[in-house]
Amino acid sequence: MNALGYLSQLLEIFLALLLAPLLSGWINQWRAWLQNKSAPSLFQPYRKLHKLFNKDLVLAEHASSLYRITPYVVFGCMALACAIIPSLSTDLPLSPAADAIALVGLFALARVFISLAAMDVGTAFGTLGARREMLIGFLAEPALLMVLFSASLLSKSTSLTTIVDTLAHRDLAIYPSLAFAGVAFTMVSLAENARIPVDNPATHLELTMIHEALILEYSGRHLALLEWASSLKLFAYSCAGLALFFPWGIADALSPLALLLALPMLILKLALGGALLALLESVSAKMRIFRVPEFLATAFLLAVIGMLVNILLGV
Amino acid sequence: MPLDWILMLVLAWLLIGSAGVLALRRLTLVARLLFPAGGLVGLLLLVAAALALREAPASAVLPLGLPSLPFHFRLDSLAAFFLMVIGAASTGISFFAAGYFRRGEGTPPGLLCLEYHVFLASMVLVVLADDAYAFMVMWETMALSSFFLVIANHRLPEIRRAGYLYLLMAHIGAIGILLCFGVLQANTGDYTFANMRAQHLSPFWASLAFLLALFGFGAKAGIVPLHVWLPEAHPAAPSPVSALMSGIMLKTAIYGLLRVTFDLLHTPLWWWGVLLLGLGLLSALYGVVFAAVQVDMKRLLAYSSIENIGLLVAGIGLAALFAAYGMHPMAALALTAVLYHSVSHAFFKSLLFVATGSVLHATRERSLGKLGGLIRFMPWVAWMTLIGALTSAGLPPLGGFVPEWLLLQSFLFTPGLPNAFLNMLVPVAAALIALVAALAGYTMVKFFGVIFLGQPREEKLSQAHDAGFWERLGMLWLVSGCVALGLFPVPVITLLDAVTRPLVGAGLGAAVSGSQWLLIPVSLERASYGPALFLLGVAVSLALAFALVRAFYHGRLRRAPPWDCGYPWQNPRMQDTAEGFGQPIREIFSPFFRIERSLPTPFDAQPHYRVSVGDHFWHWLYLPVARLVERLARLIGLLQRGRIAIYLLYSFVTLIAVLMVVKR
Repeated sequence: MNALGYLSQLLEIFLALLLAPLLSGWINQWRAWLQNKSAPSLFQPYRKLHKLFNKDLVLAEHASSLYRITPYVVFGCMALACAIIPSLSTDLPLSPAADAIALVGLFALARVFISLAAMDVGTAFGTLGARREMLIGFLAEPALLMVLFSASLLSKSTSLTTIVDTLAHRDLAIYPSLAFAGVAFTMVSLAENARIPVDNPATHLELTMIHEALILEYSGRHLALLEWASSLKLFAYSCAGLALFFPWGIADALSPLALLLALPMLILKLALGGALLALLESVSAKMRIFRVPEFLATAFLLAVIGMLVNILLGV
Repeated sequence: MPLDWILMLVLAWLLIGSAGVLALRRLTLVARLLFPAGGLVGLLLLVAAALALREAPASAVLPLGLPSLPFHFRLDSLAAFFLMVIGAASTGISFFAAGYFRRGEGTPPGLLCLEYHVFLASMVLVVLADDAYAFMVMWETMALSSFFLVIANHRLPEIRRAGYLYLLMAHIGAIGILLCFGVLQANTGDYTFANMRAQHLSPFWASLAFLLALFGFGAKAGIVPLHVWLPEAHPAAPSPVSALMSGIMLKTAIYGLLRVTFDLLHTPLWWWGVLLLGLGLLSALYGVVFAAVQVDMKRLLAYSSIENIGLLVAGIGLAALFAAYGMHPMAALALTAVLYHSVSHAFFKSLLFVATGSVLHATRERSLGKLGGLIRFMPWVAWMTLIGALTSAGLPPLGGFVPEWLLLQSFLFTPGLPNAFLNMLVPVAAALIALVAALAGYTMVKFFGVIFLGQPREEKLSQAHDAGFWERLGMLWLVSGCVALGLFPVPVITLLDAVTRPLVGAGLGAAVSGSQWLLIPVSLERASYGPALFLLGVAVSLALAFALVRAFYHGRLRRAPPWDCGYPWQNPRMQDTAEGFGQPIREIFSPFFRIERSLPTPFDAQPHYRVSVGDHFWHWLYLPVARLVERLARLIGLLQRGRIAIYLLYSFVTLIAVLMVVKR
């Protein structure tokens, strides 16, 4: 580990914390444009966070301490996730602490905490949201793991930095296993980040909401942290997807110059990816909650097929 | 000599048990003195076994039992490891038991103390036994003492029924084990394990011995379809006993399976591995899916035990598969995962079972539908249970995640297998493991959330009291086990090296000892996991977030009624019930269940909704067999006429028949 490694690690964390709300703002802006609406400012998410941090915290009467620490735990988990996913550089001192499997575990930890917090107040919507979130979680988690396994088999490693290093230095060709994995990953990311067609981040419609039902009782700084954490999660998923399927431009250990180049590359990739996500959300319809298991089972099967293709054909 | 020490400790347990009989109804004496003393003996057992782990195997012959059949005992690294599990988990459970048993619950406390310590001692001796005779005697002692513990509250008919089912399954399994030893001694007439180890059986006889062992130990461990006794016996038993049975006794079956497959039979055949893997995955999925729909908290945990046993068996299968193809380092990786999961399951399942005991005492409720909101009245129990539930859900950085991680790592190595068909099957198996792990998270959110979170579903719950000193102490010991196993995997795996080396000829000790803070089973490029660093990462960002929010903004806080989209007429009955939480699982996995539902019609004056979730195996396997046995018994019953003349005739005919045979 060298000074440059620590520098890129710090840079990556701060960049994630700073850019994550911007990415959400960017997606919202594109979505508004695509739907012929006038778009909110790019910096609207920051204003919202600032407003929420300044507001009083209103806590349900019998909320327990578990409820109060959950926003911090979820925020901590997402910050760590952003730190270990190689978005700028593959020379990350924190990265050996958690490989691909532990990353999935990290997301699961956050999900379990937020679901428990939603059950804590004991309202009808909270428990409903917790149940739905866990339902999506147990279907999406194995699919995500299978996607990561496909990449692991290609690079003979579960370490995220090694995976990205290997994938970035291979010949430019279409790998069938990665193509399957890519489709599965997109589907899983939509579900995990509460996007259309699984959930709609812009609605509080009681019967269909999932993520919003979970955080329904939260307010003030707790809500701000949770909102920030969910944009961090989207950022983490986007970076993971970019790192797995479009790893070019991520710096390796050797050159500081590459690190400088990696930043604009990342922003460019995120901007394109965000616009695509907005397009995907605008052209698809929200599906009924009963159809979500089918959707995620498809993702799971695609990921398993990707793995099988990898094992049978070796690509 | 650690073996002598361990035998002394067993004797100490037996003495404590006998002292219980002397103080039959003096609860204070039994609870405050004998059970804590038993816990201390467990702690000493842990230390003694840990010292023995790296030493050469030691043997002893005790002149007990029949004149020409002494008991042989042998302490090798595998036995020492399982003794460590017994010692470590029983310490916490015994301390808990000191505060748990109350007056007036069926069996008097002194007798419970005897049964409890005989049970512990017999488990130690099962693991130490080095001949079939000693093994079977101890195995039966274990089954009988635990049977009496299960029916501690024997005035209730359903508890007697559960105990009967348990005893029946234990004995059917024992027959399998007995026959297995019969095959293993290969007609030499010498039933010591040393002799069995020296025999080289043909593949046919070896496979037969393996299948008999799988049946016998499978019945004890609860491998599907031999699992039906678990969800009946565990809820019936007092909570510390459920903890002993689920946390430790199931592990003796895993021990037996490992002993026969890897030690007595030397090298496994490849299809044994596939069979174990298949049965293990079936059990794991079956167990977790059933756990998710349960409405009784102890039944839920019993099904979760089936799931964990399934994962263990799948891991053993993978290890056997690797060992059969001579891939020893991979086999060591899978076997390390199995052993690690054994000890971590012993801790977290014991913790969860004793926690249900505390809840049961505080509320007198076992049904999830009548609990809720207990975190406010029993914070100690709630927070410690949360650690247990997170461990059980296999979440980092706790003890349940490490074995899961190791197991998935060993699955990722399988593309090296020389059999193309197996190579294809194994990723599917890995996918199933991932699904089971995710479902375990679902189940644990349901378990913890419905019991401890939300609003109390019954009025009386607000009178619930927190656990007492001894109960807290016991739980704290188990919690620290869960956390330590999660945060410090490297020392544990270095210890396990001594266990895997004699069994599969390789260990992870050399690979992992390179770094104290990162768990690196093969190489840093291949995979690494640093739980302490992981926890530090989460904790630092959590603390920083907290400090910064406080530094830059205000700390104002206002309490108000919950909002719930502005609906003011909230009541606790509007929360999700346990049935409701299990509903998506019931829908998605409906072929697994035998669902009987009766829905009210719109015209019912008193509408009732009833749904019962049954087990296909019970209806399609057990009930037909039971009916067949009954019919056969009735046929045999025709012989019984109740008249002496007829019985004399039978004797006479038998005598003639025997004489005719002998004459020839």
